[in-house]
Formats: sequence, structure tokens, C-alpha cells
Amino acid sequence: MIAAALVRLITGVQARWVGCLPEAKQRIYFGNHVSNLDGPVIWASLPDQLRSATRPVAARDYWLASRLRRYVACTVLNAVLIERKHITAENNPLRDMEAAIDVGNSLIIFPEGRRQDDEDGGLLPFKPGIWHLAKRRPDVELVPVHLENLNRIFPRGDFIYVPLIASATFGTPLHLEEGEDKLVFLERCRAAITALAEEA
Amino acid sequence: MDLPCGAAAPHLLLGAAGIGGLLVVATLAGLAMRLNPRLKKLGDDVVMRTVAWWFMSVMFFAALLGGATATVVLFGLISFLALREFVTLARTRRADHHTLFWAFFVISPLQYVLIGCGWYGMATVFVPVWAFLFIAMRSTLTGDSKNYLQRAATIQWGLMLCVYCISHVPLLFLLQPIGFTDRQAELILWLVLVVELSDVLQYVWGKSIGRHRIAPNLSPNKTWEGFLGGGASAAGIGCALWWLTPYTPLMALAMAAGAVCLGFAGGVVMSAIKRDAGVKDFGHLLPGHGGILDRIDSLCFAAPVVFHLTRFYWC
Repeated sequence: MIAAALVRLITGVQARWVGCLPEAKQRIYFGNHVSNLDGPVIWASLPDQLRSATRPVAARDYWLASRLRRYVACTVLNAVLIERKHITAENNPLRDMEAAIDVGNSLIIFPEGRRQDDEDGGLLPFKPGIWHLAKRRPDVELVPVHLENLNRIFPRGDFIYVPLIASATFGTPLHLEEGEDKLVFLERCRAAITALAEEA
Repeated sequence: MDLPCGAAAPHLLLGAAGIGGLLVVATLAGLAMRLNPRLKKLGDDVVMRTVAWWFMSVMFFAALLGGATATVVLFGLISFLALREFVTLARTRRADHHTLFWAFFVISPLQYVLIGCGWYGMATVFVPVWAFLFIAMRSTLTGDSKNYLQRAATIQWGLMLCVYCISHVPLLFLLQPIGFTDRQAELILWLVLVVELSDVLQYVWGKSIGRHRIAPNLSPNKTWEGFLGGGASAAGIGCALWWLTPYTPLMALAMAAGAVCLGFAGGVVMSAIKRDAGVKDFGHLLPGHGGILDRIDSLCFAAPVVFHLTRFYWC
């Protein structure tokens, strides 16, 4: 709770629930990714009772690289840490995410797979993980989240923080349609975030 | 040079009691309006705004009674939060990231440190000379020239309005008006009171009898009736409170009228900035008012001019 308040203080984040309400439903929040603060910001903008059951999904190699990062990821955020390289059947990222869903947690994911650092570039193409999750756990709502200004607050490749005000806009939940093609679905998810950006 | 300390406690306490009384009346009026179904919405708005006024008034009087340093710190904090709202709306680019760091964590605090240690000569030129040139230079270092002039000018204007202009309120502590030494806190109270009451009274007059809009494209709520009625009332109050200032009653009337006009100009300028950015308010910090910059927009324009007029004629 203190950590969430701290994140809200330094990013000034305003949560805008335009497409759904902060209800106690099982969800996968998926957002655009520009900053290491993205995961903590979505997490911190959820109401207390939802936050305790919501786990950001993050890169194992990055978040275990130092003691401080390990503490933040494991103890504060209770993140689901996933492998990005050398994927095998044992360390398949989907396995840990599904396990978290199966015990009732919600997830925060960034389907671009990395932080976009071209400010004029728009969203990167989505990786297929979100499609697999949508297919295997069809009851879970997929909520698009558009994060604004975090690339101006704490951008990739810079250790300087600038205290601007961030916003997190939560859109209308999506589900995989019957027989929907993978690429069509990924593009639909990506377009949902782009549409929120234009609305704001 | 040390800051002169506010030896003005009796008048400040009197002012606090007066504002407290006004806020009690406003709170009761808002609650009464809420009981009438037709006025419920307006009543909600009045109550929300009044709650924020209670908070702001307590902070302001606590700082003034706490003395010069406390007032400098309070306005330093206000500047920081105002600049945060301003730059959030500005179209800066990645190349400005380090420039913005300087603006928030070096230039803005340093302006208040200069006032705090009483270095008048530097405090009046630090932002318009040193910071302006520095910002223009710092943003070129990354080599991104896209919208360069617009980006640099936006940051400079942000510092001008949110830091430099507002810092003229605590800068009044460094003035030594003849026969008024050690009472600068009272002059600050008078200035803030006149400008903020002018905003409130223009709102009240405008809501009551406002018909003819002054700037429909920029600020649809500003009407001639509101401006003239509210402005004249605020100038009258400024005149009646001449004993908080080094001015004569007549000069207090003229000065208050000037402050009201400048405050109005400040409000319209800030509205133009907001319309350009496509937003209604600068932020959400003060429920009912919007952001902190929405509350201090009038003061931005009024404070420096009242400061310099006082310096020309009374020092």
C-alpha cells in the first residue's frame, strides 16, 4: 500500500476507467510499454482490494539482476517473472502465467515484449503470448490499458526522472472470438490501445 | 542579508479570522443549497470548492504566520506543482528530458533559495536571463531540432509563469516600503486576498447575472457582468483593507483595480493555453477548482506588477 502510494506520488498517475469499472473480476490488463515504471503504474492505479490479487508479468533477466530490483519485483510487486531467452518446455513463460491465473490472480502484461523507445514510433508488433492466454483461459477478461507520459517521466535508457503527471486509461474488455485468427486477434488488441490513445 | 521576519501577527490573525468567517458562511450556504433539489448541483460545486478553499487558506495562513522562510517554502512547493501541470500539457520531446530535469530540480528551487537568502538582484534576473539562455542551450545538446523553438519557448514560458511570476509573492518580503518595514506579510495577505477574492466574486457575479461573454472561444464562463461586478467588489475590498498595505485608501483602490485587471488577463492567457492543449483544467489536485495552476493563474500576472509598482512608488 505504501509502495503504491509512492508510485502514485512520483508519477501523479490518474486512472481513467472509460471502458470498464474497477471490479473484482479476473482480468489480464495489457498495456503499451515505454518505461520500467509501466508495470508499477498500472498496479498502483488499481484500487487496494484488486491490487493485492493482481501480478505484473516481468522479465526475469532484468528484475533479478540486482538486489534492489529483486526486492521490488519479488517482495513489493509480487511479479510473475518470465524467461525471455532460451525458452524450453520447463521455463515456458505461459506456464507460470497460467499457474497464476489458475489460483485466481489477475495479470499485467506488455505484449510488445520490450519497451518502445522511439517516441514517434507507435506500438511495436504484439508477441503471440496474449493470444495463447486468451485461447487457453477464455473466461478471463482482456483489458486494454493506455499509459501516457511515462516515456517523458522515466524513459528507456535514461536514469533521470522528470516529475510529470501520468495517466492510465482502461478500455473495454476483449475476448478471443470463435475461430479468430492469431494475427487478426493480435492486431485487434493493438488497435484497442491505439484507439484509447487517440481518445485521450 | 537576512529576511525580515513578519512582525505582523495581529493583522494576520485578524485576516485569518475574517477568511475563516467567510468560509463558514460559504460552507453553510453550499450545504443549504444542497437541500433544494433545484440547486443541488450548484450546491455540490460550492461545497467542493469551499472544502478546497479551507485547505488552501489553512496552508497560506500557517505559512504567513510561520514567517518569511515558511512562505518561501510554500510558494516553492506551489511553483513545483504548477510547473508539473504546465509541462505535462506541453509538447516537449525526448530531447528535452534533461532540460526538464534542470527546470524542476535546479532552476525552480534555486529561484526560491535566492529569495530565501535575500539576494534581490539575482532573484529578479535569474529566470529571465540565466535560466532562459541555459534552457535554449541545453535543449540543443541532443541535436534534435524538430519543433525546437516551440519546445524551448514552452519550457521558458512554463518557468516564467509557474516559477518566476509566482515567486514575486514571497519576493515582497525583500521590499522595504517606507514606514512599512517588517510588515511585508500583511502586504502579501492583501495581494493574495484581493486577487483570489476577485476570482471568487467574478464567479459569483457571473453565475448570478452574467449574460455577455467576453471571450467565448477562450473562456466561456467569463462575462462582462462577472468581470465588472466581481472586479469592482474586489477593488472595493482592497480599498477597505488599505490598512494592510503601505498605500493610502485611494491608492489601495487603484492598486487593487490594477491587480484585478491583471488577474483577469492571467486567467484568459491560461485559458488560451488550456484550449490549445485541448483540456478544461490543468489538473485534478484541487477538487472543484481543477489543478493548482487553475487557482493561481490570476496571481501569476498580478504579483509581479503589484511588486514593481510598490517598489517604484513606496520604496
